[in-house]
Amino acid sequence: MAVAATTETGAQPSRAGRRPSIPAWAGTVPFLAYVAVFLLWPTGIVVVDSLKNPNGSWAVSNITKLGDPLVRPYFIGSFKLCLLSSVFGAVLGAILAYAVASGNPDGLVRRLYLAVSGVLAQFGGVTLAFAFLVLIGPVGLLFHASWFYEFPWGITVIYTYFQIPLMVLVFLPAIDGVKVQWREASENLGASAWHYWRYVGGPLLMPAFLGGTLLLFANALSAFATIIAWENQISYIVPQQISTALSSEVGLSNVNVADLLALGMVIMVAIVMTGYALLQRRAARWLR
Amino acid sequence: MAAVTSVGETPAAAAASRPRGMQARRRRRLNAFRYVVFTVFGLFFLLPLLAMARFSLEGAKLGTWSATAWTQIASYQGTGVPPLLSSIEITLELAVITCVVTLALLVPTMIWVRLRVKWLARPMEFLSLLPLTIPAIVLVVGLGPIYNRIQHYELSALMLFWVYVILALPYAYRALAAGLGAIDVETLSEAARSLGASWFTVMFRVIAPNMRQAILNALLLTWALVLGEFTIAYLLLYNNLQEELYSISRNTPNAGVIFSTSFAALLFAFVLLLILSYAGRRRRGRG
Repeated sequence: MAVAATTETGAQPSRAGRRPSIPAWAGTVPFLAYVAVFLLWPTGIVVVDSLKNPNGSWAVSNITKLGDPLVRPYFIGSFKLCLLSSVFGAVLGAILAYAVASGNPDGLVRRLYLAVSGVLAQFGGVTLAFAFLVLIGPVGLLFHASWFYEFPWGITVIYTYFQIPLMVLVFLPAIDGVKVQWREASENLGASAWHYWRYVGGPLLMPAFLGGTLLLFANALSAFATIIAWENQISYIVPQQISTALSSEVGLSNVNVADLLALGMVIMVAIVMTGYALLQRRAARWLR
Repeated sequence: MAAVTSVGETPAAAAASRPRGMQARRRRRLNAFRYVVFTVFGLFFLLPLLAMARFSLEGAKLGTWSATAWTQIASYQGTGVPPLLSSIEITLELAVITCVVTLALLVPTMIWVRLRVKWLARPMEFLSLLPLTIPAIVLVVGLGPIYNRIQHYELSALMLFWVYVILALPYAYRALAAGLGAIDVETLSEAARSLGASWFTVMFRVIAPNMRQAILNALLLTWALVLGEFTIAYLLLYNNLQEELYSISRNTPNAGVIFSTSFAALLFAFVLLLILSYAGRRRRGRG
């Protein structure tokens, strides 16, 4: 504080005779520089390159090419997969979270499910696709699902595997925040269980539930490893097509396809995460 | 917390004549619901893992048992890919480097911001959590030119650590922020300063030891993240464990060794995160 104060007031006499002081924020320069080079710069490259022609001139109209029939199918595919897996994941995750929350808060079941959820929510990727391949794929031990390689059903089931635990992690605090007094109050006023959930519990949990669904949506949007290990011949979703575009620059005539697809993803994620932040704020109003 | 236990056990005022019977019935129904839910979800989570474990123990003939796939982990050499062991080594080295750099970058900066440049706290939080919203696949598109330049000087896959630090940033930041928030940084530093300690001493001998648990959490999360990373390594054409497993599966579908290695990696991550959840049990989980 002291250093910051002297530099700001700039009192000349008191400074005389002291060695020139380095401002306190200089201590954060390594961190800021690192983030600038490896996070902000690459993101900037994506945005700028997608809005430029190959010859270097600006072409903001490139953004309209997001609706081009050459890229649209991948965005529709991404949307389908994210919607299905986030809705299934959110509904099932909410049910599981309710079952966990209604038990003993220090019990073994709760601790076990929380620890396992923490691991499984991160357990996407190549390994997960392998696990489902040997469970229900063509060589499956449980059964051979004829729809295993059908988009979006097979991959939706696989995605649900890490979506449910994530929903448990984000939705459990909201359920824990529901006060038993609210239920008692509504019962004192003669409400049935249905009335309680329809008019009290449901509306209270709805923002948290929708927020969780959006988080799951964003989570599915950015997943890449799982789907590439599931199917690497045909592109269904944007990340797969980015990968294809990176390895072969064909497609739209005068646009850097990978950059454009990436920009589209950034826009999608930004919309979803803004919605998430707004819903979180709404949810926090009652559930604390 | 106590309120949660009794969610399904609230005596209904409407049934004041027989409150106990009502309560017992509702509790029975709730318990039946819970057991069904736990069983169904438990099976859903467990079966894929069991299938993988069974496949890793598959013998040469279908339906037989053998431990070959597990002993192969140390010696497996697929066609057209580096030896499996070398990619395991490089992944572990990457994990160590990423952990060290992440902590070296975050711990002093976070303490410093907390003590001396409070106005930077919000921007720093924003920057640290930003990678959560930028998909790795997007980052990799922009990283292409940067890695072109890095490969000019050094070709080793260890160079992946530069971007892995960014991926680990949000998780490490949240773990460390929780630890830093739990101690009275101002009092500690004022006490130390008034006793003549330098800022260096305040940071590394006073505050950092007090957030040992948070540092351990950040370490384990970073470690688990690096072991499971695929997207960036694959698209920048580097070889790490996940990329290697993927390549093996392309060349030799259903090779037992990919299941044994995957399962071993998963168990390893599981153990790490269990350590984390037990060591920091008093703190609330993420979310």
